[in-house]
Amino acid sequence: MIFGELGYYSLIFSILFSILLFFFIYQDYFIKDNTVSTKVYSFCFLQFFTIIISFFSLVFSFLLSDFSIVSVFENSHSSKPIFYKFSGTWGNHEGSLLLWVMVLSSFLFLFLLNSKKNPKKYRLLTIFFQNILVVGFLIFIIKTSNPFEKLIPIPKEGLGLNPILQDPALAIHPPILYVGYVGSSIIFSSALASMIVNFVSKIWAQSIKIWVLISWIFLTLGITLGSIWAYYELGWGGFWFWDPVENVSLMPWFALTALLHSIIILAKRNIFQSWTIILSIITFTLSMNGTFLVRSGILNSVHTFANDPQRGIFILTFLIFLSLLSLVIFFAYQPQKKEDFFFNFTSKEMGIAINNWFMIFFLSAVLIGTIYPILLEVINGKKISVGPPYYNFILAPFLIPFLVIMTISTKVDWIRSNINQKKKELLFLLIFSFLFVLIINYYSQKISIINLLIFFSSLFLIFGLSKDFFDFFKNKKKINLSQTVSHFGFGLLILSIAICGIFSKETDVNLKVGESIKLHNYKLIFSDLSMKEDKNFKKIIGNFNLVDINGKTFHFSPELRIYNQPSIVTSEANIQTNFFKDKYIVMNNISGSDYYNIRFQEKPFMIWIWISSFLIGLGGFLSIVLKRNSID
Amino acid sequence: MLGKKVRLRAIFIFLVLISLTLVVYILFKSLEENVVYFLSPTEIHEKQEIDFDRKIRIGGMVKKNTIKHSNQSINFIITDFKNEIYVNYSGSIPNLFAEEKGVVAEGFLKDKSYFIADKILAKHDENYMPPEVNEALNKESTE
Repeated sequence: MIFGELGYYSLIFSILFSILLFFFIYQDYFIKDNTVSTKVYSFCFLQFFTIIISFFSLVFSFLLSDFSIVSVFENSHSSKPIFYKFSGTWGNHEGSLLLWVMVLSSFLFLFLLNSKKNPKKYRLLTIFFQNILVVGFLIFIIKTSNPFEKLIPIPKEGLGLNPILQDPALAIHPPILYVGYVGSSIIFSSALASMIVNFVSKIWAQSIKIWVLISWIFLTLGITLGSIWAYYELGWGGFWFWDPVENVSLMPWFALTALLHSIIILAKRNIFQSWTIILSIITFTLSMNGTFLVRSGILNSVHTFANDPQRGIFILTFLIFLSLLSLVIFFAYQPQKKEDFFFNFTSKEMGIAINNWFMIFFLSAVLIGTIYPILLEVINGKKISVGPPYYNFILAPFLIPFLVIMTISTKVDWIRSNINQKKKELLFLLIFSFLFVLIINYYSQKISIINLLIFFSSLFLIFGLSKDFFDFFKNKKKINLSQTVSHFGFGLLILSIAICGIFSKETDVNLKVGESIKLHNYKLIFSDLSMKEDKNFKKIIGNFNLVDINGKTFHFSPELRIYNQPSIVTSEANIQTNFFKDKYIVMNNISGSDYYNIRFQEKPFMIWIWISSFLIGLGGFLSIVLKRNSID
Repeated sequence: MLGKKVRLRAIFIFLVLISLTLVVYILFKSLEENVVYFLSPTEIHEKQEIDFDRKIRIGGMVKKNTIKHSNQSINFIITDFKNEIYVNYSGSIPNLFAEEKGVVAEGFLKDKSYFIADKILAKHDENYMPPEVNEALNKESTE
């Protein structure tokens, strides 16, 4: 069909346009005026346009089930629901890279349109660096992962999409995560450009802050969606496994969060220039590094669509090239201006500096935990895995001072502030949180001191910010609403994770139909099984009754889904949620027996983990919206 | 005497170095204590000293006709075709756990041939295999 050709050739054209774009940027760079030439505009647009065409050609090929294209054949099936045909476009290596390059190019174009107030040379150079990224990835796609590769003879039917990817949360997870990942590319490009033209300043920080916010919001949302999906679809009831593929998305998040804070200082006080630049470079390098680790097949997981060493080598070479390039620029163009480093110990600047220290520490801990096993295997062939115990051990103790300092620094002003005024308030909060922890400790047995301290510090933050909300709504006091929402969300997140982690109960039993068993305060009855046909799978529904101590009955119906294309059995958990706890039942068949393996879990405060993650992102969103309004 | 600025900067650099060393030390210390080694039945068999308090992973194939169920647990034998380990496990079982398929179990050794598992790693689909299993199976086919 025609879409395959259309998509392929517009991809070729987009490479041509991108290369011509280099030439026009070069030409325009030496013309002494303050407007970017229309040629640069047109070719940016042409590049963006051809990539869009190419991407949507692939989308249509998926929608029309054009099995003459290898990537469609391998990842789609004509009986699949239309929504998953659509999302199947990026549910594979080739398509996801095309999506990646489309986001890359659209950020280039959007930057060009939205940077008119900035110096011309800076704009041109930013586009220049961004264009290097676009060209690099375009060549990568054409050379190693052409999404429009033809298949002869044309098969009648496709192989289908991995059923565990056929899920609404996961359908939108990649595009959202990619906006976050790739959004950091424009920060990277503009950081390099601003160093060369000596534009690293308040004005640069103010103009780039919006991009940092956008990538940060999307990265936060993307990670949350992935986590929600893992919670109900992988059937284990966990939401974060410290799996390397999760870690590679968390690392840029730490860097981006640090950057989000340091750029605020740069915009306000014109200090932390070099540090902000370093963070900009680190963030994008980590995003690329994530792509490299996931796509090269070094990390084997559900994200690894196909392992091809050639792809890994290409991305690695490109990554090294970009890192060297940014290092050279960083050392060759050190800013000449003296920074005014003056600030007091009790000031927002200090708080943010400390935040950055912690972020870098969390980042290093996760980085080492992720790459240490890879290195060890290369060096002495030993196979190890680094799991949750390491991360809990290393991260939990440091969260305590982190949260406490976070509370204090939201209460202090810029440059210097008189902490004495706040002493009373902080002391009150301290006592209040402490009493709360005592109550928790009284009603539950054996909570470790670290966990009690985590309760304490997160409550300290939550109460502290609740007071700010109270001042805002009741006393109409001016507060930084976006910041308060995000930080409140973070406190709530840590608290909910702690509560969920400590008070969760889980039991695994093997049951036959008709059997019942006593679990904690419940009685679980496996009443019967029923069968149902769905569009592209059959399902076996287990009917369970859970009777609690007061005789109240809850009905559960977890499913086993049997897909035929490809033939895979998946478990669908049945989760009943309220504001206090999730009840979670999942069942698996045990091959060659009448037993079903049933996992029952009670997870207190589970829903608050998601709510707080969205609050964190909402804070970023508010920051954009409120800023817009305050300008008008 | 050094100027105030120089002294401040010196203190700052000193603090940075101290905290860096501390961080690196803590990181590697906790890595050392918390990593989980992956071993095959043969490696366990040949090992001289075994730390029974340390969590390990073992990988191989589930031997044919060895899966036994009860209400609370499941027993089976992991083999790499040279040596075998008897596994007792209670916990959730991945969909694709079956006889003559690759498996990775995590837990503690009781003795050289008896393993109490507290986790069985799930495979996501037919084509996906934990890298350890893949390797263990490849080793056999080449030897």
